[in-house]
Amino acid sequence: MKIAVTSSGATEESAIDERFGRAKYFIIHDTESGESHTIDNESNLNLQQGAGIQAAEIVLSEGAGVVLTGHCGPKAFKTLKAAGIEIIIGCSGTVKTMIDSYKQGDLKPVDAPDVDMHW
Amino acid sequence: MTLQIAVASGKGGTGKTTIGVGLASEMAAIKPGVTYIDCDVEEPNGHLFLKPSITEKRAVSVPVPIVDIDLCNACGACGSFCNFKAIVNILDKVLTFPELCHGCGGCSKVCEAQAIREVPRVVGYVETGTALPGNEHGPISFVQGRLEVKELQATHVIRAARKEMPDRGVTIIDAPPGAACAMVAATKGADLVLLVTEPTPFGLNDLEIAVNTIRELGLPAAVVVNRSDIGDERVTRYCEEEGLEILAEIPHDRAVAMAYSRGELITTAVPEFAERIRGMIPRIYELVQG
Ligand code: SF4
Ligand code: SF4
Repeated sequence: MKIAVTSSGATEESAIDERFGRAKYFIIHDTESGESHTIDNESNLNLQQGAGIQAAEIVLSEGAGVVLTGHCGPKAFKTLKAAGIEIIIGCSGTVKTMIDSYKQGDLKPVDAPDVDMHW
Repeated sequence: MTLQIAVASGKGGTGKTTIGVGLASEMAAIKPGVTYIDCDVEEPNGHLFLKPSITEKRAVSVPVPIVDIDLCNACGACGSFCNFKAIVNILDKVLTFPELCHGCGGCSKVCEAQAIREVPRVVGYVETGTALPGNEHGPISFVQGRLEVKELQATHVIRAARKEMPDRGVTIIDAPPGAACAMVAATKGADLVLLVTEPTPFGLNDLEIAVNTIRELGLPAAVVVNRSDIGDERVTRYCEEEGLEILAEIPHDRAVAMAYSRGELITTAVPEFAERIRGMIPRIYELVQG
């Protein structure tokens, strides 16, 4: 399975970016191969509206089954849900520690968005 | 044709409404037939000073798509058409985000399965009435657009408010602050745009952005420097370099701030302020009548 993590930097050592739609990078980690690659979310940062929706589409096109992030707004939530992608919020620390926590089963998906707009 | 004078500002809090309302009331004192349209739809506050009696309120709506999933074949045409992420195709589903929809009607047109119909979504209101009847500064025909809380489609409400414009007399448009679509929708086609600014570095920066937008629209512009004694010379110098006429420089006056905070008509409460406003009217007429 693939895990998408919102990241403030381009590597797994970077800190989590708490925003979903306007995250700087997405790090896509494949639990089977143990490999990761990075997606620059630059183009999305400047969107006035709908950044969360577009971010969800990116994550879907990467084939991720779960998103690890800090916060998730209602539009991104609705899109991720429709895509059948699980959402884990409240993440902090480095991308790597969150991936490890997830693999150990320490993180539970949520069933509602936690912020209002503009994340 | 009515003469349209838009009062705009690169940022909020420059005294745009004070100037706009002041201009409307001073013009009405000279000649009847003045209309004031508050297009600052996110925060219309001209009414606080003009205290109009509202006689009509109409809803402004945007046609948004509704998808009949039984007819939808998940072709994806709607989502690839929409620039605003208001309709999105996820796997075999179609999601709609009505608050993002600009009501362009494109998605329903490109849907060959005819699975999309449009329903109106109310995003705001246009209210009309009369202000200051029986006052030496009135009467003023009053129009105000008001965007519903959390709604985003300000331009729809602004355009609807401007449709209330009469075909004669003078119309003062209080434009929303900034230089984005909403400001453009409020000023487009105006005979003159009065840019209200303050002589501070921030004021100058916002003025430059607003001037660029107004020039792109090809509209004649002039400047009013408010609180003209609080900053430095840079705004004046910029206007000189750009060939922008400064119609008035209005010094900071505690009496204006006091009258403002009490919601008083400032042209009545502060005679010095009224005089400055009145002073620019002849030149405004010259500019708009070419
Ligand atoms: S009407 Fe236009 S803006 Fe609205 S969802 Fe359809 S394509 Fe997008
Ligand atoms: S264009 Fe029509 S048929 Fe195609 S996905 Fe959209 S709603 Fe469905």
